[in-house]
Amino acid sequence: MSDTHPASSSPGSLRPAGQAGDVGASAPLLSIQELTKDFGGLRAVNACSFDVAPGSVTGLIGPNGAGKTTLFSLVSGFHQPDSGRVYLDGEDVTGLPSHLLFRKGLCRTFQIPREHQSMTVTENLMLVPKGQIGERFWNPVVRPGAVRAQERRLRERAREVLAFVNLGHMAEQPAGAMSGGQKKLLELARTLMADPKIVLLDEPGAGVNPTLMGKIREKIEQLNRERGITFLLIEHDMPLVMGLCNPVIVMNQGSKLVEGPPAVVRSDPRVLEAYLGGQYAALEG
Amino acid sequence: MLQRSAAAAERPFERFRRVASGKAGMLLALALVLLAIIVTAALKGVPATQLLSLFVRGVLLGGMLALGAVGVTLVYAVLKMANFAHGDTMTLGAYLGLVVVTLLPKGAPIAPFSFGYEFIVALLVVIPAVGLIAFGLDQLAFRPLRARRSQSVMFAMAALGLAFGIRSLVYIFWGADFTFFYTGRARPAVELFAGVRVRPDQLFILGLAVALIAGVYLLLERTKIGKAMRATADNSDLARISGIDTKRVILWTWLIGGGLAGAGGMLYGLDVQLRPEMGWWLLLPLFASVILGSLGNAYGALAGAFVIGIVWQMSGAFINPVYSQGIAFLVMIVVLLVRPEGLFGGRR
Amino acid sequence: MTALHLAKAALLAVPLWLLLSSLLRLKPSWLKHLASLAVGFGAAALVTLVTPTGILSYLTTFILMACIYAVLSVGLNVQWGYTGLFNIGVAAFYAIGAFTSALVTTRMPTGLNASFTKQLFGLGMPFWVGVLAAGLVAGLLAWLVGKPTLRLRGDYLAIATIGIAELVRLFFQNERWLANGPQPLRGIPQPLSCLTGDGCAWLPGFVNSFFAPLGPRDYPFVYIAIVALVLYLVYRVLERAIRSPWGRVLRAVREEEASAAMNGKDIAAFRMQAFVVGSVIMGIGGALYAHYIVSIDYSHFDPLNGTFLVWVMLMLGGSGNNRGAILGAFVVYAIWSGTSFVVDALRPTLAAISPELPSRGPYLRLLFISILLVFIVLYRPRGIVPEEKVVSLDRDL
Ligand SMILES: Nc1ncnc2c1ncn2[C@@H]1O[C@H](COP(=O)(O)OP(=O)(O)OP(=O)(O)O)[C@@H](O)[C@H]1O
Ligand SMILES: [Mg+2]
Repeated sequence: MSDTHPASSSPGSLRPAGQAGDVGASAPLLSIQELTKDFGGLRAVNACSFDVAPGSVTGLIGPNGAGKTTLFSLVSGFHQPDSGRVYLDGEDVTGLPSHLLFRKGLCRTFQIPREHQSMTVTENLMLVPKGQIGERFWNPVVRPGAVRAQERRLRERAREVLAFVNLGHMAEQPAGAMSGGQKKLLELARTLMADPKIVLLDEPGAGVNPTLMGKIREKIEQLNRERGITFLLIEHDMPLVMGLCNPVIVMNQGSKLVEGPPAVVRSDPRVLEAYLGGQYAALEG
Repeated sequence: MLQRSAAAAERPFERFRRVASGKAGMLLALALVLLAIIVTAALKGVPATQLLSLFVRGVLLGGMLALGAVGVTLVYAVLKMANFAHGDTMTLGAYLGLVVVTLLPKGAPIAPFSFGYEFIVALLVVIPAVGLIAFGLDQLAFRPLRARRSQSVMFAMAALGLAFGIRSLVYIFWGADFTFFYTGRARPAVELFAGVRVRPDQLFILGLAVALIAGVYLLLERTKIGKAMRATADNSDLARISGIDTKRVILWTWLIGGGLAGAGGMLYGLDVQLRPEMGWWLLLPLFASVILGSLGNAYGALAGAFVIGIVWQMSGAFINPVYSQGIAFLVMIVVLLVRPEGLFGGRR
Repeated sequence: MTALHLAKAALLAVPLWLLLSSLLRLKPSWLKHLASLAVGFGAAALVTLVTPTGILSYLTTFILMACIYAVLSVGLNVQWGYTGLFNIGVAAFYAIGAFTSALVTTRMPTGLNASFTKQLFGLGMPFWVGVLAAGLVAGLLAWLVGKPTLRLRGDYLAIATIGIAELVRLFFQNERWLANGPQPLRGIPQPLSCLTGDGCAWLPGFVNSFFAPLGPRDYPFVYIAIVALVLYLVYRVLERAIRSPWGRVLRAVREEEASAAMNGKDIAAFRMQAFVVGSVIMGIGGALYAHYIVSIDYSHFDPLNGTFLVWVMLMLGGSGNNRGAILGAFVVYAIWSGTSFVVDALRPTLAAISPELPSRGPYLRLLFISILLVFIVLYRPRGIVPEEKVVSLDRDL
């Protein structure tokens, strides 16, 4: 289980500079190597490889259907890769089920929020933290006092996190009753309850109004700066990605196309072509 | 969604599972099961002729099971629901057939079979009738659930209610005792080959089952509605937006599934007996067949039915036949452990 | 009010008190309990006084069976109501519990009996050991069934549980060596039956003399108190566990399993826990039934009585709510036994339609219950007492 991480990223890739937590770090936090996944006849992810440096906010962009979400699913144990490896902190975690990855500090949000609808927003958050003694069937019966004390602490923490993402007023509402943007915020809040090392965010801004989006962006920057959490985020909102992320990785047809600082990526002709080509293909049906 | 817990480092059992769960591995496993049955039977001193005739009877049973299994798997493919009322639909078919047979004036047996023309007429009436009833029940119980996009278990539960409802009707109209299409009629067996004896009725049953399934094959492969059904099975949303008439697809799914079930029930009644619980008892082997052949795969269900039929009958050589259901159950559990997507399913 | 009335009322007060306090969700404060005990005793006394003996003993057996069904229904609620597991083989766990407790508590038949009754073992252990063993064995069976199926789609569990229920029933029908084959296993001891006989040696004299007026035919009054206590205990333990992180994870798994997994919850493990816990409770229900009926055979555990009724109870009462599960058991059992009167009353009419129909009356009830289930699924999927919103240990209780 403790394979050491083989030779690091390709020489061409650019390291993010000057980010908190990056000081002296050379080994990537997350390393994806030759990952491949087929759905029936369709190859959604095709020998895709890249690294995510610790402390970075790495952007993952690409035209619709490029395989970004599928890549997240492979990394987070939601789907099994057909081939390729995933390393987290130098440890081979390929094909590990989601809950074990979570325990190793990897958190993932969904493109389409998957909240627990009939549970309250607070309960959605209280669910998350690990090491809850009350999750053992007998503890609530045998040690109700200890469970209750821990629950009180969890509720307090959930309240803080909700305040942090400005959802305090929704605390006791069923999560299903929230707007799309609020659900996105809840997805983000979930990851905050977890004390993660790395968070994979799948389009945190989709369906969110610009004001809220600005807030989400601030939160991400703040978390990255203050808590040293690494982010890998998929986003279609180009100004956002270019302002927030460094480096930016472009995926096309299941593999990595380009990687580099926003300015470099933006002016790369291959990226333009990938997006336009995708659009032409879409136009042609 | 399949939840596979593959660890990063491949444990020996995982490796075994990966190798064993390939298609070739599964076929090999089935061959081994057959071999194990033959060896066990040989050790117990079961004569070869008996084994052979059990094998033949297994094929016959497989034909009847296939009629039910194809319906289960079609309904699953198109409507994404496990129809636990399917067994009782077969019961209903058998008893409706009995009504027709008793209403019609008795004709002489068509040699060499034990039944007369009225059985054929009954089949012709029952197949469309049960198909329509199945569709009617769908409109009553399942359509509202579909409209509400209920969870799949709610469908299963409604199906359970229907199953018990149908059975209670059978009890009310025909009583709890077993009965036959023709009481007291001799059903002599003839020698087929090498001492294997079967009743001519059974050959008729197999022939009809094969003919009906061939008909369904043609319908699925050659007709427009068959193509529409397959498209819906592949991706119902895509099918709907590309202009396929979902209502018609659903109608035909039930007509075929229900019709085959009705025929299967009548044939089972002809071969064995009619009793109100027959369909419930058949449910387990039906689902075992369907799971073995991959849920939603019509040809898989066909193959699965024959495998289950053969294993069921042959295991009767050395274990108490009352446990033949248990054998079907065992095969199913092994499949679920080793290759839950079945013989013909793609891996996730 | 005679001494007999008093003894009966004292015993009937137990279920009334416990049902009252659990259905009304009284917080466990001693004062409230005393109050509800007083109310329960008052009601019991009133009922005992005014009801004719025949109806009273009918009422007793009704409450008794309803309580046993409530145990099953509460067990199923852990599986279906909270976790969304579709177990159509309740009968398997019910039966295995009943036979386990019977084998653990009976003694090996001797003398003439030995030629009539075959059983693998008879340990002659006390009632409570039988109940615990019943739960244990049922839980073990659940683990075996759950292992290959719980990681798959719900439909697989459903068909596997149908299968195991049929197999368990076939097994107890055909294997004479284990529990007397198709013949009933007889002589299952009744706990505290000494109260209705010569008095229990280990009880203080005044208790024995208080219950002395009770004859052996009044035993259901004693047993009803025991069953109600067991039901109450099961209910309290479950409520604690459900209103805690454990229950929260179960509901999370039920509602959105992918998200629960991404939140670090081992879905398969929690499903297994819920399945086993629910089955243990069903096994306990089976034990309670065995010691009441005294003589059990395979036919008691058919899909109708062992599985289907329990499902209708839970669905009607309200899945995802333990009080609903208990209420549903009482309502549906009332319907089930009530319709038998209706069918009896209809006998002449039925006979006029067809001579065979009166004897098939029970199946009219089955038809009615089946339609009821479809009706609930279609129009009242949340039941009479729907699931509650917020439940957590630091607030409630
Ligand atoms: N579960 C699945 N089964 C079959 N095909 C799938 C599945 N999930 C994704 N695909 C296909 O794989 C390809 C990649 O999809 P993916 O969702 O990863 O793209 P994406 O880059 O996230 O796109 P978007 O920007 O629109 O979210 C698409 O063609 C999609 O249709
Ligand atoms: Mg995507």
